[in-house]
Amino acid sequence: MRPNRLDETLDRLTRRGEKGLIAYLTAGDPNPETSLALFQALAEGGADVLEMGLPFSDPLADGPVNQQAALRALQAGTGVDTVFRLARSLHESCDTPLALLTYVNPVLRRGPRRFLAEAAESGIDALVIPDLPAEEADLGLGGASLAEEAKRAGVHLVPFAAPTTTDERLSRLREASGGFVYCVSLTGVTGVRRDLPPGLSSLVARVKAHTDLPVAVGFGISTPEQAAQVAAAADAVIVGSALVGEVEAAVQAGRIPELPGRLRKIAADLKQAIATGQRIGSKS
Amino acid sequence: MAHVQTSSGGPAGLTGPSARDPRRGHFGPFGGQFVPETLMPALGELETAYEETARDPSFQAELDGYLKDYVGRATPLTRADRLSEALGGPRIYLKREDLNHTGAHKINNTLGQALLARRMGKKRVIAETGAGQHGVAAATAAALFGLECTVFMGEEDVARQRLNVFRMRLLGAEVVPVASGSRTLKDATNEAIRHWVTHVEDTYYIIGSVVGPHPYPQMVRDFQAVIGREARQQLLEMEGRLPDLVVACVGGGSNAMGIFHAFREDRDVRLMGVEAAGEGLDTGRHAATLTRGAPGVLHGAFSYLLQDEDGQVLPAHSVSAGLDYPGVGPEHAYLRDTGRADYASVTDAEALEAFQRLARLEGIIPALESAHAVAQVVKEAPRLRQDQIILVSLSGRGDKDVEQVARLLEVTGQ
Repeated sequence: MRPNRLDETLDRLTRRGEKGLIAYLTAGDPNPETSLALFQALAEGGADVLEMGLPFSDPLADGPVNQQAALRALQAGTGVDTVFRLARSLHESCDTPLALLTYVNPVLRRGPRRFLAEAAESGIDALVIPDLPAEEADLGLGGASLAEEAKRAGVHLVPFAAPTTTDERLSRLREASGGFVYCVSLTGVTGVRRDLPPGLSSLVARVKAHTDLPVAVGFGISTPEQAAQVAAAADAVIVGSALVGEVEAAVQAGRIPELPGRLRKIAADLKQAIATGQRIGSKS
Repeated sequence: MAHVQTSSGGPAGLTGPSARDPRRGHFGPFGGQFVPETLMPALGELETAYEETARDPSFQAELDGYLKDYVGRATPLTRADRLSEALGGPRIYLKREDLNHTGAHKINNTLGQALLARRMGKKRVIAETGAGQHGVAAATAAALFGLECTVFMGEEDVARQRLNVFRMRLLGAEVVPVASGSRTLKDATNEAIRHWVTHVEDTYYIIGSVVGPHPYPQMVRDFQAVIGREARQQLLEMEGRLPDLVVACVGGGSNAMGIFHAFREDRDVRLMGVEAAGEGLDTGRHAATLTRGAPGVLHGAFSYLLQDEDGQVLPAHSVSAGLDYPGVGPEHAYLRDTGRADYASVTDAEALEAFQRLARLEGIIPALESAHAVAQVVKEAPRLRQDQIILVSLSGRGDKDVEQVARLLEVTGQ
């Protein structure tokens, strides 16, 4: 099996007792060329994992900011092939591991086996599929098991946990092959929130009781302060809409050339805050 | 060969979990629960609550009471003699869902689900709507049971269907215009699901068709199965035999599943669903999902879907807002692939023609959706003998469409 950069990175963070930053942008937003530079900037700023979102026409787990981003990317001609090309360029230009967030239909349309093979060839280490619960990954899809195909391709299928997830469902996390658990911080869709949801640390503790995999928390985390608080409990922090919101603002203001620099700085601030929050967390 | 489940339900004949597939919530390969993890426990809770009601005679009795005294069921079965004569063919019977309270079959389902919501202790319901028929039916049921109701409706549809928006507001519902995507039913459904994810603890989502994640396709079918159950009985009483052909329009497919279900084991009864061919199948402006779509996932279920080669969902088109949907219920996908039902399609122009024909020949103005079923009857009737019988689901009345049809006929100079 090919080496999985994601596992190497997560292992390294664990060994060093460091917490990770997973930075999300919609691939191809605002256009494929700029998008490559934006992901590179996030990696330079200190993101430990890059999460690329494959733009989809009907993103039902996403709030307005990510919906608009998908629309911009699609209108700029971003197709599945474009996203794989972007991933390959990223894989070749930096060492940062890549996760691909996609809704399940583009995977099905291409055929799970082919999609996974192309993902693996493009250097993608993990797939995050928000509308594919474990039951369907095993058995659904007209007979094809996406979980099996992913294992064969050496690509992790990232399992989800949410505040509503029962302990019985959490026990399935033991079946995960590697990568991380995507812990949804709140009952809702993606997007910036003013406050962190209450009970987040107990949610993370509950998830951790069922898995040895690193637990990454996402949804509604935007500021360095919030990231720091989350890092005190979780192994990694996923920041998405706040970064995508920067792209939207830059597009609207006609300031796209300044965007890579700005995202580099934001990633650095988040990474710094996560390191600080971790120290606060270890004291408490 | 698929084996078909047998009815095992209470007085209203709800059939409970599907026994046709060892995998819960699937119709062959179709169906399933393709939703965010956050909703999985809520779907489990809904499934449990629904299975309890299917076994509970008191729930059935209460629902039957409302269907009789509030909706006005049983709806009549009308023999359409002048239409038969004009087509020179078989006897044609219309199942008159247009005579239900609120003017369509949608109320059968919303009353059932609103009762279920109340039983689950939910104080608040949400719904998606295209033309507004399901939204009105949901708002009606919510008013009847004192539930708070929010309806999501695409901005485009809000503008096109102002009267239904006003009806929903009169009934006490909040109507939320949806500005995302194509700003029609598909996007209203996305937004309803997003809202449900966010308020899953206290909110019940009333889906309006046999679409969505399990248990919705099965549950909505069971609530609509009263259509076929009544029609089958009425026809046996009036003709002493079963129909040769049953015809119903298919958007998501709830009135069709509702009338098909009672005949599923009557192998000599041909079942035919009619999709919207819009401006023509080759124009790309249609809603003929089973005819031109490919298998995929939309709104939580694996079924057929209008999509491009990357799996992006394509916008649908039909003159009829109720059929203007790029997906279709998973059980229809199964009936199609197993050959138990046939699916045809009818263009906007053919539907408009049938709309006028039924009005003139029978004094019944059908909904534009139902006019698609009538248009298919116009095609099929000449192929049948005079002693054969066609049963048509007249799913709704056309009052809501009169203004639009007037405009369209003006344009075409008819």
